[in-house]
Amino acid sequence: MGARDPLSEEEGAALELGAELRLGAFDLEIELAVPAGCCLALAGPSGAGKSTVLRVVAGLLRPDRGNVRCGEATWLDTEAGIDLPPELRRCGYVFQDYALFPHLRAWQNVAYGPRREVRGRAERRRRAEALLERFGVAHLADAYPRTLSGGERQRVALARALAPRPRALLLDEPLAALDSRTRAAATRELASVLREAEVPTLLVTHDFAEAATLGDTVAVMAEGKLVQRGRAADLAARPVSAFVADLTGAVVLSGVARPGAEGLTLVDLDGGGAIASVDHATGPVTVSVFPWEIALEPPGGSGSARNRLAVEVASVTELGSRVRVGLEGPQPLAAEVTAASARALGLAPGRTVVATWKAAATRLTSS
Amino acid sequence: MSAVRPFRAIVTVALAFALCFLTLPVVAIFAGTPPGELVASLGDPAALDALSLSLQATLAALAVIVVVGAPAAYALATRSFRGRSAVITLVELPLVLPPAVAGIALLAALGPQGLLGGWLEDAGVRLVFETAGVIVALVFVAAPFFISQAQAAFSAVDRTWLDASRTLGATEARTFLSVMVPSALPGLLSGLALAWGRALGEFGATLIFAGSLSGVTQTAPLAIYELFATDLNAALALSAVLVAISAALLLSVKLVGGRVAPGLLAR
Repeated sequence: MGARDPLSEEEGAALELGAELRLGAFDLEIELAVPAGCCLALAGPSGAGKSTVLRVVAGLLRPDRGNVRCGEATWLDTEAGIDLPPELRRCGYVFQDYALFPHLRAWQNVAYGPRREVRGRAERRRRAEALLERFGVAHLADAYPRTLSGGERQRVALARALAPRPRALLLDEPLAALDSRTRAAATRELASVLREAEVPTLLVTHDFAEAATLGDTVAVMAEGKLVQRGRAADLAARPVSAFVADLTGAVVLSGVARPGAEGLTLVDLDGGGAIASVDHATGPVTVSVFPWEIALEPPGGSGSARNRLAVEVASVTELGSRVRVGLEGPQPLAAEVTAASARALGLAPGRTVVATWKAAATRLTSS
Repeated sequence: MSAVRPFRAIVTVALAFALCFLTLPVVAIFAGTPPGELVASLGDPAALDALSLSLQATLAALAVIVVVGAPAAYALATRSFRGRSAVITLVELPLVLPPAVAGIALLAALGPQGLLGGWLEDAGVRLVFETAGVIVALVFVAAPFFISQAQAAFSAVDRTWLDASRTLGATEARTFLSVMVPSALPGLLSGLALAWGRALGEFGATLIFAGSLSGVTQTAPLAIYELFATDLNAALALSAVLVAISAALLLSVKLVGGRVAPGLLAR
């Protein structure tokens, strides 16, 4: 992107946010900080208030109480009566549907932000094309947004957001509008953009896998509050609640825990069956286990895994080289196995199998 | 052979009937005007004066309507405030006022004995029997056409485009000019065409408020009315010219509306 911005000290600054806001059914109450060059992924279901956080940071929405700081600069301080308008905060915002200006060509969309700084139409176009080139869409410079595919729009939107050298990047479901084939490539591209970015980035997604791929850290949001924050692997391994476990994609079962032999905890599952875990807990608990930790065996087999549940295959969905198997037992669960072992087992709806997994792969959270 | 479809037949007949009824009078103007008469009437200084006054006054009125009406429509479309729907209703009220009532209302407000008459007189502003009065009457009757269309057009613009513009460093004013107006352009142009058409045809409010002074306040429709009493053929000729101008206006707006914003088509 050419010469370094003279304000690079500010570019390298962290983003800090605290906000309280009434939001229909619940209150948004959130505090977070993102270091420069880092990406915090806000994950959670639709309606959790994730996009609202981005709007507060960008200055598009004023919270009832709160403050937003980017490095030395205070963007918002409701106590002190400071509220910088969005145009002075200069956040690079990629909107969920990209919000490209329909009456402007791709290069004009990209040139829209830096229009003040760059003199002359030819120079503006040259710079916009250089950015489009970086995203591999320079040949579309003259196209209108309505003629672009989802993936192309996403790239133009990214180029447009980066063009004015923003002080923070805000990405609202940047991959949600893409079809699954485009998404894998777009995710890789976006990850490399984020690695190069020197500014703090907030990314909003409802997809935990996406958050895990793109975020240096992941913060899970529900009903306007941060539920848990950490590295994606830690969230998946030690979810603080069934909600987080469910979001991370784990199978969630409910039961009642009691101490068992060998220092293990035994959980009597609601609806029948018992399993063991290395975690300690007593009373009602939520059990979480990842589908890829669950292996399937023909009935009557005797594997080494501690936990064994007789279940019936309900659905078989191919996911590339892997197969996700929906299972009906005392409680529904799901396993992910290789396509080869699915064939070997002759998996089909209605078939009875045994789902097995290790006590060490079984997480317990008190519920 | 296809079966009889009565509804299709009814629809077709209705369309044919509407077309005939709506075009027959217009065609009749041209049928009743020998081409020579048309040309001759254009040489008549009074008719020419009336036409040129009509064009000047409507253009001046349009300028006022756009400069004040577009931001006003933007405010109505984007801000929520108490009494907003009441404001919208009041702004649209002139749409349904009979033109004669509009003229009387203007007199009552801005005439020499009107509410603001003394104040205007002190300021040295004269409207009655002045071209300025014609423009005031045109703005009064035509502005609501533009404002309500513009408001609808602005309301239909995707808010995230405006948000995107702001985060890209544009002030609200630049966002209005660079994103809002171009995105709403087809709607703005059709509102402009409606307002212009209404202003060109204005008769009653102008007559009552500004009078029918040849060369000063006598617009083309007023001239036609005066000619109608003395010289029907001349009235027909001037009418034919107005029809041609109005048709050209309608056509050009439709063409411009299609060309002006290629990115907006078929979205």
